[in-house]
Amino acid sequence: MADPPSDPEQPPQQGSPPEPFTTPPEAPLQAEPETPRSQEMLAAQGWPQGAGLGQYEEPPGGLAYQPYLDENLMLEQLQQGQGSLFQQLESAFQDGQPDPLAQYHAYQREEQPFQPYGGAQHGPYMRDDPSLQFSPSELGFMSYDMEVSEPEPRELAVQNAKAYLLQTSISCDLSLYEHLVNMLTKILNQRPEDPLSILESLNRTTQLEWFHPKLDSLRDDPEMQPTYEMAEKQKTLFIKGGGVEGEQEMEEEVADTAVPNIMESAFYFEQGGVGLSSDESFRLFLALKQLVEQQPIHTCRFWGKVLGLRRSYLVAEVEFREGEEEVEEEEVEELMEGADLTTEAHGEEEGGEEDEEKAADVLPKLQWRPPPVIPREESRSGANKYLYFVCNEPGRPWARLPHVTPAQIVQARKIKKFLTGFLDAPVVSYPPFPGNEANYLRAQIARISAATHISPLGFYQFNEEEGDEEEEGGAGRDSFEENPDFEGLPVFELVDSMANWVHHMQHILPQGRCTWVNPLQKKEEEEELGEEEEKGDEGMEEAEQEIGPPLLTPLSEDAEIMHMSPWTARLSCSLCPQYSVAIVRSNLWPGAYAFAMGKKFENLYIGWGHKYSPDNFNPMLPPPIQQEYPSGLEIMEMSDPTVEEEQALKAAQEQALAAAEEEEEDEEEDEDEDPDD
Amino acid sequence: MDADSLLLSLELASGSGQGLSPDRRASLLTSLLLVKRDYRYSRVLFWGRILGLVADYYIAQGLDEDQLAPRKTLYSLNCMEWSLLPPATEEMITQTSVVKGRFMGDPSHEYEYTELQKMNEGDKVYEEEIVIRIKEETRLVSIIDQIDKAVAIIPRGALFKSPFGPTHVNRTFEGLTLSEAKKLSSYFHFREPIELKNKTLLEKADLDPSLDFMDSLEHDIPKGSWSIQMERGNALVVLRSLLWPGLTFYHAPGTKNCGYIYVGTGEKNMDLPFML
Repeated sequence: MADPPSDPEQPPQQGSPPEPFTTPPEAPLQAEPETPRSQEMLAAQGWPQGAGLGQYEEPPGGLAYQPYLDENLMLEQLQQGQGSLFQQLESAFQDGQPDPLAQYHAYQREEQPFQPYGGAQHGPYMRDDPSLQFSPSELGFMSYDMEVSEPEPRELAVQNAKAYLLQTSISCDLSLYEHLVNMLTKILNQRPEDPLSILESLNRTTQLEWFHPKLDSLRDDPEMQPTYEMAEKQKTLFIKGGGVEGEQEMEEEVADTAVPNIMESAFYFEQGGVGLSSDESFRLFLALKQLVEQQPIHTCRFWGKVLGLRRSYLVAEVEFREGEEEVEEEEVEELMEGADLTTEAHGEEEGGEEDEEKAADVLPKLQWRPPPVIPREESRSGANKYLYFVCNEPGRPWARLPHVTPAQIVQARKIKKFLTGFLDAPVVSYPPFPGNEANYLRAQIARISAATHISPLGFYQFNEEEGDEEEEGGAGRDSFEENPDFEGLPVFELVDSMANWVHHMQHILPQGRCTWVNPLQKKEEEEELGEEEEKGDEGMEEAEQEIGPPLLTPLSEDAEIMHMSPWTARLSCSLCPQYSVAIVRSNLWPGAYAFAMGKKFENLYIGWGHKYSPDNFNPMLPPPIQQEYPSGLEIMEMSDPTVEEEQALKAAQEQALAAAEEEEEDEEEDEDEDPDD
Repeated sequence: MDADSLLLSLELASGSGQGLSPDRRASLLTSLLLVKRDYRYSRVLFWGRILGLVADYYIAQGLDEDQLAPRKTLYSLNCMEWSLLPPATEEMITQTSVVKGRFMGDPSHEYEYTELQKMNEGDKVYEEEIVIRIKEETRLVSIIDQIDKAVAIIPRGALFKSPFGPTHVNRTFEGLTLSEAKKLSSYFHFREPIELKNKTLLEKADLDPSLDFMDSLEHDIPKGSWSIQMERGNALVVLRSLLWPGLTFYHAPGTKNCGYIYVGTGEKNMDLPFML
C-alpha cells in the first residue's frame, strides 16, 4: 500500500487535549464506504504502532508515516503486554469482515518497525470533533461522512483517546493507559463491593504490584524460613517410627500405652468452652507420644498450658516407672550436696581467717543464723509426687522440670511474676526467688495442682491397708487408689453441690511441704523419733505443727474468697441437659477447669499461672534496719547533746566559774582586810 | 471478631485456652445474623465473654459504615436473646470504678458501696454513711468501654480513612508480612486517636494519612503490657494484653484473618508493674 503524502494542514501534535469525540470526520473516506471500515480495522490493528499520539490515519492508501522519536520502546511493550487486550478491543470493533482484516494484519505486523506512528493525516485531536470546523473542504466531507459512517467516527475518537493515554509517564515506563488497564482488570477480576470507595488504595496497590513483582520461584522467601522450619519439626511428629510395617506393630500399638486419650478429654473440655483447638490437641497428642517413647514413663497426663510473655509452656504430668528415676535423682542430689559442701568449706575458711584476726582484733561474733533449710520432699511423695516435662510447642524437645523445694514454694507465694517462656530466665523479684524460671514454674505448678486437682466423690478411695487415722497423727494418709466400684455420679448432682467433688492432691502447708517437718530438729533425731514424738517436741522448740486438710476433702470445705465461692460449677449445655458434661471452674486460680461425666473426669489448667486475689498485690516490705551492735556496758548509744543544751551547759559552767572566782576574791579581800587590823 | 468468620476466628483464637462450646457457637451464628438484620448494622463483631459467678455474659458489638463511630454494644446470657446496652458515659465509669471483684452474672444485681459524705446541717458538720447502689449492668457497660478504649486493636492497613471523613474497611488488605507482624508498631488501637497529635512534625511527615490515623501500640504505658507470640509454628501471631488479661488478638500473617476476643473476668490487672 502506498503511503499517502502527509497533509501539511495537519501537523502532528503531541499531547493534544482529548475532546469528546462524537463523529470524527474522515475526509478521504467518503469515496469508498467499505474501505473506511477496513481502514478502521487497520487502524485498530495498527494501534500497536500508533503509540504516543492520538492521530488516526485516514486515507484509503494506508497508514501515514510520521517519524516519532521514542516509539520503539513503547511499541515493544505494547506488543508484548497489550496483545490480548487489543484482541478484546478489536472484537468490539469488528463488524464481521475477517478476510480483509487478515491481510492487513500480516501487513501491519511487518511494517511495524517502519511505521511506528499510526496516523498522521489528521492534525490535532480536536479535529475529530465534528463541531469544530477547520476547513471548508473538510466540512463538505464531514457532512457526507456523517451520513455514511456513523459509528466509525466514534471509534476513531476512542482510538485517539487511547493513543493519548498510552503516553509513558516521565518518571517510569508505565503509561496511564497500562496502569488503568491493570487496575480495571484487577477490579473486574476481583469484583470488590463498592469499588469507588477503595479506589485510592486500589490505585496504590496496583502500582506497587507493577514495581514489586513476586519473587522468582527458584528463590526461597526469607521471611517464611522460621515457619517452614517449624513445619518441618512438626512433620517429624507425624511420621511413624521407622520399622517394618506389619501386624506386630499394630498389636503393640493397640496395647495399653501410657499416652492418655487427649482427643477424648479435649472433646469433653470443648463442650465446656475450654481448651485448645482440635488440631492443636492432636499435635499435642503426638508430642506426648514422642515423650513417652523417649523417657521411661509409667503414666502420663496433659497437665495444661501456662502462657508466657514470649512463649508458652505445655506441661505434661508424668510418673516414671519404678526405679527409673533414681539415677537422675542422685545426680541432682550430688549437685546439691556439692553446693552445700562448698559453702561449708567457705565458711570454715572464713572461720580460720577470723581466728587469725581474733588475735589482733576482737570482731563481734555474728549472731544471726540463717533459718534452717527445710528439706524438700522425696520424689513420688507430696508436692513432688509427679514429674513434670515442659515444651514450648509440639515438635520441640521436652525439658524436665526439677523437683520443687519448700523454700521455693514459700517464696513463690510472696511474689507474682509473669513467665517469659524461657526456662533459664532469671526471676527478678523481692523477696529474691531461689531459682530461675524453671523453678518458679515448677512451684506454681505445684501450687495449682494442690489447689485445683479435683475428682468426683468416690472415684478415689483410701487403701484399706493403711492403718487407722490415729496413728497417722496430723500427717494424714497420702495414698489412694481408684475405686473399682465407682459408678459415676449424675451430672446434676455434680453441679449442684460442691460436696460431690474432692481434692486428690495433698494440700501444701505454709511450710512449703505436704507433710510437716520440724525444722529445728537435727536430722538424725528425726529418723529415730516417730511422728508422735515430733508432736511432743512442739512446745520446746517453738515450732507449731502445721496441719492441713487431709486428702480427699470435699470442695465444700474450701475457704471462701470474699464471700464468693471458690468454685463455679455449670452444665456444659443448658439446652441438652441429658448429654451435658459437668464443668467446674476455679475462682481462686483462674484457668483451672475440671470436667466429669459418668466415670470419666479430667483436670486441666490453661492460664497465666497466677492466683486470683481481690486485693491488689502488695510486695513484701524490706525488713527493718538491723541494730549494729547490742547496747551494753561498753557501748551505749546516746543521742548527742543539742546546741541549746551545750550552750546552756556552757553558760552554767561559766556561772559556776564566775561564782567560784567571786568567792576567791571575797576570800582574798577578807585576807587582805585581816592584816590591817 | 467478625461474626461472618466466627468459626475460623474462634479456631485461631483458641490458643488462649478459652473459647466457646459448640452449642454456643451454633447459637451465635444464628442470632448474630438476626441481630445484624434487626438493627441494620453493617458489621457485627462478637466481642467476647465475661465470666461471672453465676452466669456468663456474651457480648456483641454492632458497627455502622464508619468504623470509628461509637459502637453499639449488646449482651446476652444465652447467645440467643440480645439486649442493647446504653452507651458509656464518664459518670458511669467513675461511679463503677469503686466496685471490685467478680461479676455476678445477674444483670439486675446491685453492688452496695458505702460512702461517707459530709452533711451540713446548720452549724453541725457530721459524716453520714450513704449506701450507693450500682447496678451490674452499669458496671458491665463501663468495663466493656474501658476494655475497648484500652486494648481493642487492629492491624495497620485494615482500615483506611477516606478524605471525606468516614473510616472504611480496606478490602485490599492482604495482611501484615511476617516481619511486620512481630512489631508492636504495626498494630493500632481501635479507637479515636489520642496520642497522635502529640507526635512531632518529623514523625507526622512519615505517616500516611489514609492508613496511619490511629494510635499505635508502641507507646502504651506500661511498656511491655503486650505479649506477642507466634503460635502454630509461626503461622499465627497472637497478641495478649497483660493489662486486661483475657484479651487475645490473633492474625495470620499474609492473610486477611484478624480479630480480637475477650474472655475473662472483666477485671483490670492492677499488679502489672510488679509482674513484669
